[in-house]
Amino acid sequence: MRVPLSWLAEYVDLPPGTSLEEVHAALVRVGLEEEDVHTFDLQGPIVVGEVLEFVEEPQSNGKTIRWCQVRVAPDGEPAADGGDAVHGIVCGARNFFVGDKVVVTLPGSVLPGPFPIAARKTYGHVSDGMIASARELGLGEDHDGILRLSTLGIDAPVGTDAIALLGLDDAAVEINVTPDRGYAFSIRGVAREYAHATGAVFRDPAEQVAAADGAADAFPVEIRDDAPIRGRVGASVFATRIVRGIDATRPTPAWMVARLKLAGIRSLSLPVDITNYVMLELGQPIHGYDLDALQGGIVVRRAQPGETLETLDGKVRTLDPEDLLITDDRGAIGLAGVMGGADTEIGDETRNVLIEAANFDPVSIARTARRHKLPSEASKRFERGVDPAIAGAAAARVAQLLVDLAGGTADEAGSLIHAAPEREAILLPDGYVTRLIGVEYTEAEVHDALAEIGGRVSRVDGGFAVVPPSWRPDLTAKADLAEEVARLLGYDRIPSVLPVAPPGRGLTRSQRVRRTVADALAAAGATEVLAFPFVTEAENAQFGSTDGSAVASMKLANALDASTPFLRRSLLPGLIGVARRNLSRGLTDLDVFELGLVFLPEEDREYGVADLPIGWERPADDVLSGLDAGIPAQPRHLAVLLTGDRSPKQPGRPAEPAGIADALDAVRRVAHAAGARVEFAQGAHHALHPGRTAEVRVAGQVVGYAGELHPALAAEADLPRVVAVAEVDLDAIIALTDPAVEARTIGTLPAATQDLSLVVDAEVPAAAVADAVREGAGELLEELRLVDDYRGTGVPEGAKSLTFALRFRAVDRTLTAAEASDAKLAGAAVAAERTGAAIRE
Amino acid sequence: MSEPLQITEAAVDAAVDAALAAIAAAGDSAALKAVRAEHTGEKSTLARLNASLRSVPNDQKAALGKLVGSARGRVNQAFAAREAEIVAAEAEAQLAAEAVDVTALPSRFTPGARHPLTLLQDRVCDVFTGMGWEIAEGPELESEWFNFDALNFDADHPARAMQDTFFVDPPESHLVLRTHTSPVQVRSMLEREVPIYVLAPGRVYRTDEFDATHLPVFMQFEGLAVDKGLTMAHLRGTLDHFVKSIFGDDAKVRLRPSFFPFTEPSAELDFWHPTFKGGARWIEWGGCGMVHPNVLRAAGIDPEEYTGFAFGMGIERGLMLRNGVQDMRDMAEGDIRFSQQFGMVV
Repeated sequence: MRVPLSWLAEYVDLPPGTSLEEVHAALVRVGLEEEDVHTFDLQGPIVVGEVLEFVEEPQSNGKTIRWCQVRVAPDGEPAADGGDAVHGIVCGARNFFVGDKVVVTLPGSVLPGPFPIAARKTYGHVSDGMIASARELGLGEDHDGILRLSTLGIDAPVGTDAIALLGLDDAAVEINVTPDRGYAFSIRGVAREYAHATGAVFRDPAEQVAAADGAADAFPVEIRDDAPIRGRVGASVFATRIVRGIDATRPTPAWMVARLKLAGIRSLSLPVDITNYVMLELGQPIHGYDLDALQGGIVVRRAQPGETLETLDGKVRTLDPEDLLITDDRGAIGLAGVMGGADTEIGDETRNVLIEAANFDPVSIARTARRHKLPSEASKRFERGVDPAIAGAAAARVAQLLVDLAGGTADEAGSLIHAAPEREAILLPDGYVTRLIGVEYTEAEVHDALAEIGGRVSRVDGGFAVVPPSWRPDLTAKADLAEEVARLLGYDRIPSVLPVAPPGRGLTRSQRVRRTVADALAAAGATEVLAFPFVTEAENAQFGSTDGSAVASMKLANALDASTPFLRRSLLPGLIGVARRNLSRGLTDLDVFELGLVFLPEEDREYGVADLPIGWERPADDVLSGLDAGIPAQPRHLAVLLTGDRSPKQPGRPAEPAGIADALDAVRRVAHAAGARVEFAQGAHHALHPGRTAEVRVAGQVVGYAGELHPALAAEADLPRVVAVAEVDLDAIIALTDPAVEARTIGTLPAATQDLSLVVDAEVPAAAVADAVREGAGELLEELRLVDDYRGTGVPEGAKSLTFALRFRAVDRTLTAAEASDAKLAGAAVAAERTGAAIRE
Repeated sequence: MSEPLQITEAAVDAAVDAALAAIAAAGDSAALKAVRAEHTGEKSTLARLNASLRSVPNDQKAALGKLVGSARGRVNQAFAAREAEIVAAEAEAQLAAEAVDVTALPSRFTPGARHPLTLLQDRVCDVFTGMGWEIAEGPELESEWFNFDALNFDADHPARAMQDTFFVDPPESHLVLRTHTSPVQVRSMLEREVPIYVLAPGRVYRTDEFDATHLPVFMQFEGLAVDKGLTMAHLRGTLDHFVKSIFGDDAKVRLRPSFFPFTEPSAELDFWHPTFKGGARWIEWGGCGMVHPNVLRAAGIDPEEYTGFAFGMGIERGLMLRNGVQDMRDMAEGDIRFSQQFGMVV
């Protein structure tokens, strides 16, 4: 909402010289946030001039200019720029006559741009200033020629300061109005709030016009709502006035044009400007009809299926049975509260006008405006609530302005239907405001604050009964009243008191583990990233399933990017995008990870619920569990991606390219940080290299994959051939892990170390051999490490020699070499039995 | 066995002199080893002189024995001294040879990094867990009931439209990407017993175009306290403590009247700090207020018995204010240089 200060000052005392900043600061204190300021950005001298004579001079470029003599000061007085009373000015426009009063921007003045004016040589003359157009002054869009003051109905003496004359010295503050404060979309509402903020005297503009008598037969209106939305009749108030014999072509006065312009509304024609002006002033949207174009009386009703209406913007709209219409005998003539129809529009020829000031149901208007994508100044106000008590005054104000400015005569009587329900009193118990706000307000303070906002406050047993003012539909409960008291008396009175929470239990295990995991990966050199979870369907198929088949995915109805409307089932597409971006910026060695939610709907299952429970009471348990069941699983995954060099080439050390081993290490780090025991097995995943894929298991369950991206996919994504990736379900790892550690006895007696080389078929996984040795060697075996995997001379074709370093120890005695050897051989025996391993001599 | 030698003082002295000269001349441990073999080994003159003691008459044995013994002692002493010298010199030479350029050593260290947003989120959580609050979480894909209805957003109220919501297809399923962390308020109140003091951090979504000042996906944290006797003064006290913890003791909080459907009274939260980029000033950093009675009712809590306060702020804005991040896209694009500026600390 933009508020011209001159307008504001009509209804509240604004000390002379009050700055835009001061007005903003006052309004912010009561909750109207500052947004911007607007001025005309002009500097004088800009004066009224009279065209004394001109000579038309055709130019070689085909243009004809006028060399004008313009009087800019009374005879014998110097001009405002210190020059002669008559200035010679070159003018390109030809829409004026000798004797016209015009606006002259004298040398030294500045037009918006900024565009400084100086005497300058042009077309063979020294042009000593400029004759301005309305557009150059910031008053309008017209650029058909210069502004003739007679078209604005102005005849001021030569030399008059045109900036003040045209209202161009005014300025406006723009404020952000929250959705609960519809009344602040008016000068009336803002003036009232300014009065609350500063204590200045407020003069209600609604009390400065007398509403007409509400004779029902002044104009026939009927409200016939057969299908109220949510039980609310579409129109609760409908006031009309008739003004006859207007001249719609008269100019809108400059002060009104300037105020409308500052308020952000373009001047269109006098009758339209007046309806807009009154809407801005009082907050009541107004619609004007050409009375002679109406056929019979007005009926307000819902649309019939298939009904259409051509609106003012020239579009033919198919109406919805929920749309509330203004109709006459022919049918629809307007979308109530949203936009009028073309048939009854006021035009230049209009002589007689019917003024409508109505109050429409916010929900009905909001739905219609949204349905037809027609957010208008009117619908914006109705959606947020218009004062139902102001319709009569607003219609009267329009009638008054039409009479004053357009030369009409108003009918004595207007019609008025007023069916808005009476506001009920809210009980505000004594002490409630203090208990909620934490400030010791006195009873008088509470009373006076609520009276000041326009409430009718009366003393009742145990508190105040407060009838909120008609313009505050948002005040419905005692907490709303508490806010009013706190707001008017100032939020800065609220003290600072730190509440003492009951002892907490700190982070949950899952929260701790997530932190440790992220810290561990970062400490080991990985960089955490946060990718958007929006992917393509193909990406979900590729990475969200192990075999690449189509999988169920959640899809957005209004994705920002139409190519990625799906929610990720895997973090890898995001990491691949991150890798591409980094590579494109010349960062070729990457080790990145992300910890985030994935969205895992199940096949053939509908999600969501058709009907939501109401919001202001606790739904039954089964309803709540129904809501939860309608939400797909969203486990927290962790994924890593490495490419380029794990360690770059350095003095004395070659580069170590990243590969599958690094992906497995990252998973080990994650598992270690989570306190989990992780196992790897040869695996298969559609998106991964068929020979370089490990299945990640915790407690026997598959919790993810690690390996290298399939080289074909890497090529498709313009990534290097080797891209190591891993993705695990961290929630599953945490759930499958028992965090309790039972401490073992730490043996302090000497250890015995031995190596064991076993020859097995090359296809046998080393882990299978190691497991067998471990089991066979029994509890004396403290540690087993694979130290060599040898193939070649001395080992049969198709076989390999695995060498394990073994460390044996007993807690109760020093082991003999023989005991250690026996244990080793026992291990080798089990390995032989299970994997066909033979000791390599 | 070689011929016995005549043990004379001159012969002994000559052997000692020769040995001492050779010891002194030995330049390294190998040379010294050779000298030792030559002058004290079995075939050395001193060894032979010593062996010859067996054949001297008994009455001279003591004197000559002493002569030879002391000679051998002097030589051994000289060996030991020279050996120590050589070992020390050689050790020193080895250390000198082992010198490296410490500025050119190969390294396996890679400066990894947490994302500064998650680090800042962790810090925020720590401030609140330090006060006894717990950290609550909820789904990002959420039922509209939790995101709107239970938070007192009427189905037709313009406030619902102002949220720029991502809807799941079809919209009739009433599933959305949560537009704020506030649904966790409702979940916390449904799942926990009062008194409740929780902080809910997490990702939220709005249909804003991705540019320098807007992200469609960003992070918020939401505080909720429900207890007997809580007032707006407790809200202010909590916010004061929080901003001082994160920004330092000079930080100040200001509340401005505002509107949110789920709080009444509502306030915008501004805070002030002397070291903001662009100078000390008030900056808007979120919304707050007393939990709306309808929200308490939606969670089955009696608003006549309990009151609550809630607040919500954006982590991104916090990071921009604290660390001077200029372009929000840096936080979302995953350029590793961005996170690596912060490393493990924010």
